[in-house]
Amino acid sequence: MVFSSTAVRFSLLFLLLFFVASFGLVLYVTSLSAQIIETQAKAAIDQQLNDLEQAYESAGIPGLIRFVDRESRQPGAHLYLIADPAGRILSGNVLEIEPGVLDRSGWVAKPFAYSRFSEENGEGYKAIAQVLKLPNGLTLLVGRDLSEPERFRDVVRQALTLALGFMTVGALLIWLLVGRRALKRIDGVSKESARIIGGDLSRRLPVGGSGDEFDRLALNLNGLLARIEALDKGVRDVSNNVAHDLKTPLTRLQARTENALGGKKTVQQLRAALQSNLKETHALIRTFNAILTISKLETGSTLANRQFMALNPVLTDVVELLEPAAEAQGVALQIVADTPVVLEINRELIAQALLNLIENALRHAGGNNHEISVEIQLNDKAMVSLSVSDKGIGIADNFKKAATERFVRLEASRSSTGTGLGLSLVKAIAEAHGGSLELVDNSPGLKAVIHLPKPQNL
Amino acid sequence: MKLLVIEDDREAASFIEKGLKEAGHTVHLSADGHSGYILGETGDYDVMVVDRMLPHRDGLAVISQLRAKGIDTPALILSALGQVDDRITGLKAGGDDYLAKPYSFAELLARVEVLGRRRNAKVPLTVYETGGLKLDRLSNAVSRDGQELTLQPREFRLLEYLMARAGQVVTRTMLLEGVWDLHFDPQTNIIDVHISRLRSKIETGFATPILHTVRGRGYMIKA
Repeated sequence: MVFSSTAVRFSLLFLLLFFVASFGLVLYVTSLSAQIIETQAKAAIDQQLNDLEQAYESAGIPGLIRFVDRESRQPGAHLYLIADPAGRILSGNVLEIEPGVLDRSGWVAKPFAYSRFSEENGEGYKAIAQVLKLPNGLTLLVGRDLSEPERFRDVVRQALTLALGFMTVGALLIWLLVGRRALKRIDGVSKESARIIGGDLSRRLPVGGSGDEFDRLALNLNGLLARIEALDKGVRDVSNNVAHDLKTPLTRLQARTENALGGKKTVQQLRAALQSNLKETHALIRTFNAILTISKLETGSTLANRQFMALNPVLTDVVELLEPAAEAQGVALQIVADTPVVLEINRELIAQALLNLIENALRHAGGNNHEISVEIQLNDKAMVSLSVSDKGIGIADNFKKAATERFVRLEASRSSTGTGLGLSLVKAIAEAHGGSLELVDNSPGLKAVIHLPKPQNL
Repeated sequence: MKLLVIEDDREAASFIEKGLKEAGHTVHLSADGHSGYILGETGDYDVMVVDRMLPHRDGLAVISQLRAKGIDTPALILSALGQVDDRITGLKAGGDDYLAKPYSFAELLARVEVLGRRRNAKVPLTVYETGGLKLDRLSNAVSRDGQELTLQPREFRLLEYLMARAGQVVTRTMLLEGVWDLHFDPQTNIIDVHISRLRSKIETGFATPILHTVRGRGYMIKA
């Protein structure tokens, strides 16, 4: 259960590697130091043997014994021993020695135990030594104590073990602080995502606030979730609105058809019923097309067909198309566009957006003698704004956002014409061009502004 | 006219067949892309109506393969995909006109007849004349019974479009496409207002009407 987490597994692996490496280090350091000390001891013994040889050469056995006697009394002296052929100790500073050491000449193969005269208790020491068989049958041993280096080795080992212990504790602490913390945060994220998967899209992943990798990840994932939530809401809103705005005409269609089929009807009555059904069907198709266009624009798949072209003629075309209809309504359409602007646009869609805005303005322009103004403005270097302003009733500030959402018709009655998709289509078109739609007060009236980005290299 | 309809939906196909026959045309039906291609290759049709999504062979593939064979029968593409880009793909594949489903039969008939006529009158005329109404495309002059008429540029193009198809019904959508190059459903009466302006210019003061409204279908220039 605990081992299923990556953090725990990594920590354990790390600890294991750490142990192996530290243990190797201790072994290496202690053996190396022992080696160095042994080499030094051997060199000292060789030196001593040289001195003894000189003493022997100048004064024979008595000189040798005198030398040994004298050297033995020095503090911290080497080990000296002269024994008779039977192995009895004649001179030197050694009280007892491990049996068998004196049997062969040359270096004694391994450290041996011995005890000194000076020591009160017969505690054994370790030493290395060289044994020499003298011509008269005596045996000479010169050695050096190894207790000192062994103690040193013990100290080093202890120190290293202690250090290892500290490091182990440290590693555990680090794991607790870093690994466990990471573990907990990841667990938090997975618990929260489980809840989100469970259907509560409003939840967000926890963000610590320190701005570390986890926070950045959580923030990005939260952004993703927000987008998903918005899309989800969009889909739900649309299905609700489709339910409302498509079901109503469908119900009318059904009722009219049922009514026409039931009872005796004249041909004229039947024709009239069919005519109005046809009209209803047209309206339904229009609504449907608008929904399709909007969703296609929102998923960003329609704008393959963008071209660099002047914006002004598009505006002139649309205004010219609507001008007679406006005039019939007593509204004057006015174009304010002095500077020619070239943008990368889809003419069809921009024309559609403008048409929707102007038709909207006409619908809400109110009584006679109104004026609708269509403008192109270069407000700064990066953006071009294309606006349609009327002097009608306008939209209250708190409804401006809702006005661009699908199927929203602000009149409570929802009785006026139009699909309720006009402004949201305009918004989708603006956004598909990398721009936006803004509704501002024209006091009185409404000014709908499409902001379009200017190409950077023009 | 002799027409080929390639449409896999039986009911839709039989509606189209019935309607086109009532309008006086000969109709051959085909229910899939493969047999449609064979018919289109062998028969000498005036116009073919091709559904975009067909069994065995895609409607666009049928058209482009026929074009590759050198067969230039005008093709009207029917498609459930009505978006701007789909239209362009259809026209690029060799289609001559594009109609998004659901469509009204009046629209289909008007377009088929215009496509067929266009094929038979290969060379574009420089002067159109119908019952005393005369439009000169070179000098941009319009007159009726010898009396000069002053038209706005757009009114001129509207009249030009109608007169090029004199005697044929032209729908509102066709006018929006042909005169304004805009491809969407004219929602309100915007086209009607343009027509009535044009009508007042070419009919006021003359005894007979020449620009007729065909109820439920569209408009027609006819002496």
